[in-house]
Amino acid sequence: MLTARYIANDKLMPWLLSLTETRQVLAPVQAGGQTLFAPLDENSRLDLKGLADASAKAALLPRCETLFEFHYSKGEGVPSKTELEVRETLPDQDTFLFGARPCDAKGFTVFDRVYDAGTRRDIYYCTRRDKTLVAALACTEPADTCFCNRVGGGPGDTDGADMLFTPVDGGYVIESVTEKGEAFLAEQPLMEAEERKEEARKVREAVSEAMPGGDPLGGTEGEVLRLFDDKEFWGGVAAKCLSCGACSYLCPTCYCFNMTDEVNGDDGVRVRTWDNCMSFQFTLEGSGHNPRDGKAQRMRNRIGHKFSYYPELHDGNLACVGCGRCIVHCPVSMDVRAIVAQARDRALAKEEHAND
Amino acid sequence: MASSIDDLKSAIKKALPELDMVIAWAAGPDPLSHTPLFITDEADVERIEWDPRCSQNLAGYLPGLRGKKVGIVVKGCDARSLVELLQEKLIDREDVTIFGLHCTGAVDARPVRKALGSTRGLESVAVDGGTARFTVAGEAKTLPLAEALQKKCFTCTGADAEVCDHFIGEHGQPPQVTETPTTTLEELEAMSMEERLHFWEDQMTRCIRCYACRSACPLCVCQDHCAAQSREPHWVDQTDHPREKLMFQAIHALHTAGRCTECGECERACPMGLPIMTLKQALNRSIQDLFDYRAGTDPDQAPPLFEFREEEKNIKEREW
Ligand code: SF4
Ligand code: SF4
Ligand code: SF4
Ligand code: SF4
Ligand code: SF4
Repeated sequence: MLTARYIANDKLMPWLLSLTETRQVLAPVQAGGQTLFAPLDENSRLDLKGLADASAKAALLPRCETLFEFHYSKGEGVPSKTELEVRETLPDQDTFLFGARPCDAKGFTVFDRVYDAGTRRDIYYCTRRDKTLVAALACTEPADTCFCNRVGGGPGDTDGADMLFTPVDGGYVIESVTEKGEAFLAEQPLMEAEERKEEARKVREAVSEAMPGGDPLGGTEGEVLRLFDDKEFWGGVAAKCLSCGACSYLCPTCYCFNMTDEVNGDDGVRVRTWDNCMSFQFTLEGSGHNPRDGKAQRMRNRIGHKFSYYPELHDGNLACVGCGRCIVHCPVSMDVRAIVAQARDRALAKEEHAND
Repeated sequence: MASSIDDLKSAIKKALPELDMVIAWAAGPDPLSHTPLFITDEADVERIEWDPRCSQNLAGYLPGLRGKKVGIVVKGCDARSLVELLQEKLIDREDVTIFGLHCTGAVDARPVRKALGSTRGLESVAVDGGTARFTVAGEAKTLPLAEALQKKCFTCTGADAEVCDHFIGEHGQPPQVTETPTTTLEELEAMSMEERLHFWEDQMTRCIRCYACRSACPLCVCQDHCAAQSREPHWVDQTDHPREKLMFQAIHALHTAGRCTECGECERACPMGLPIMTLKQALNRSIQDLFDYRAGTDPDQAPPLFEFREEEKNIKEREW
């Protein structure tokens, strides 16, 4: 890391508000008993205690994004002819995303590999990514359901972030991670904090050491794939699942989308909205056939994608960052950690059996 | 409750050989949440848990298991869902074995998690004497019920599972609360129509359209063919407008009018904590006024909107 700065607790909110003059600031704020990322203003109640209830993914991948607008009109001179006018709608807002946890920020690297992949660049995503500064906040009190340390991350990691805030006595040490973060910090009227870097490192280390252990959940691509046809396994795992999709919508790494034209009279928009593999409509074909027509197949897809298909394509990187939101908010308390562990055990037991 | 859990386990062990499975609750992935347990094997009976963390209404699984012999464990509110499912002939009485319990109230995990700070090392949860008691890492902590229980528990019409084959433990009353929190319905009633619309628009801004509210509802029978996602007909569009989302809530409320037993699952399942059961409560009041009917009480009755009468007692159509 390059630059280190310090900001005192009581200066944080005024500083964030000063940033809103030139850009949108998204931060975890309290709303109706929940903590969600929302545009900050002077009435916002900032909540930096734990993980926000929903992930920060909407900052880069909005729930509903207009890809373009269109308008039909009667052709000039030839009334029977309809003319179509299309207007581009690229995102243009500069954003400072504050208080994303290391898992949230790492979630963006999962998107980057898909939406910013060489020649296949999604301009909507990439424009947002370019216009957004990600300020991650190191965790000091991981929840029971946090397991970033088992999926290749950690409570003080910087993957996907432009800078990292670490809580220290009296305030935060801010360290830049990327050049973008460095350039931003250099312009800010903040105290130099070279001498407090060590204190921040110790805070991160202590939290990291106190995280509950457990086997890494990576490296199970082959095992999960080997269970592809194991109906009994997926049926058993998915029995209590409601197929609601709350898990996917809260997940910082789920990036599937749907595209629809929503037309009102002569005007319309093409929108891209979140989709999720736990819902029936995902892969529902025009004929009415659905290759994933039961909740067992849908669960297999969700787990398979995160722990097998995605890492196979992307150098072993998982599409799970261990935030545990899918566990906390699942109406029937499904546990993704347990499912992966069960899959591994089952596949290994089968293999042994085959070798006997 | 120690004795009732032992009684429950032995009753289930006894019944299990005649059944394809029994659905109960087991310890969950986080110390504050329990999770549904599908028992096919006697060994799993030992994993059963029963305390105020047993929130999920298991009745919703039954229509999907039709044709199987299923045992199910229910609290008072869950039993009312069962009654409704029986009335609507979505399940067959002879195939279901009901283990009924007396409930002392079900904790609302989200606010409790926040109020307790850390739940690491949480060992037990009990509700008695008007408070919720938690043991966290050997230390006793209490919360007033108004902060700890689900909202449905404050309007509970009976904490005993009325319809059952085996009643386990002692009968009792719904949780005795000295301070009842103001309900969202009461708040809304004090507002003008315009304020109400603003209230809902504000709430719906936070809706992420996951439809967990629908999927968790034991009475949502269309499920995979829901009007919310249908393109043909196109009832709601996919844009993020709060009114589109409110439109779906209106559809859900109307589809459950006269059927909703206020089991609270829609609201409990909502990851955004939106007070959506309120819409159903408002309709239930109208149903009660118009038809003198309360869902989930009598398996032999039919829900009012399932029947056609030329003239309803309380709707004086011809006198208009
Ligand atoms: S949130 Fe839970 S019940 Fe809903 S789809 Fe995900 S795993 Fe299934
Ligand atoms: S799968 Fe669950 S734990 Fe993993 S990133 Fe998604 S929400 Fe978090
Ligand atoms: S509503 Fe009544 S029966 Fe249901 S959980 Fe609450 S107290 Fe128990
Ligand atoms: S609408 Fe809500 S409260 Fe009513 S039955 Fe369905 S889940 Fe229960
Ligand atoms: S569960 Fe909540 S967030 Fe999800 S669709 Fe229903 S109201 Fe919206």
